[in-house]
Amino acid sequence: MKVTLLLFSVAKDLAGFDTKELEVPDHATTDDVLEMLSKLNSGFLAWKGRLRFAVNQEYVPPNFELHPGDEVAIIPPVSGG
Amino acid sequence: MMIRIANEPIDLQSIVRSVITPESGGINVFVGTTRNHAGGRSVDLLEYEAYEPMALKMMHAIVEEAKERWPLHAVAVVHRLGRVEVGEVSVAIAVSSAHRKEAFEATRFLIDELKRVVPIWKREYFSDGSVEWSQQTDEQVVSSNT
Repeated sequence: MKVTLLLFSVAKDLAGFDTKELEVPDHATTDDVLEMLSKLNSGFLAWKGRLRFAVNQEYVPPNFELHPGDEVAIIPPVSGG
Repeated sequence: MMIRIANEPIDLQSIVRSVITPESGGINVFVGTTRNHAGGRSVDLLEYEAYEPMALKMMHAIVEEAKERWPLHAVAVVHRLGRVEVGEVSVAIAVSSAHRKEAFEATRFLIDELKRVVPIWKREYFSDGSVEWSQQTDEQVVSSNT
């Protein structure tokens, strides 16, 4: 299935892109997406545990299951204000 | 209700004016400005980016929560994006209520929540030429539905 991946801040820098149509196995979770990214750049491993995920613009619990067409965003520690 | 992300300088007067109602007896305003230092190093410029649709959604959500907790008349929350020079306004929050206590408390809640959950990031341009994503974050565990 396909999901849309959005990256911001340090996650965008690590990946080298800010948006991508991503092909993932059925029932893939946010952890699987992080694992895919870690293969792209092992720098993601150091951020594990500090990166939150949002699916369809809502924060989700760890290892959240994805569905076709989901908008999956990686949210590094926010620093607005 | 003025809740928005601004790509241009923030106009404080219009924000304050937007929350004045005939019933209001107190308006409290928080203004966040960009600092010329971070972690003991000199900063020339800041740059903000956002996951805009979600940032707006979260800004609306925290305003709704504040209105449930305190008897507020009106709320304005505006956050700047893009390059912001030192000393400029990066965020402004205005709250009106019948009495000052609620306005003070709600404003504090809103800026604390904004810094905790709204997906906006700050990049610091240091005077030594380096550019880094801010490490001065309010990191807290976020439950599944906040």
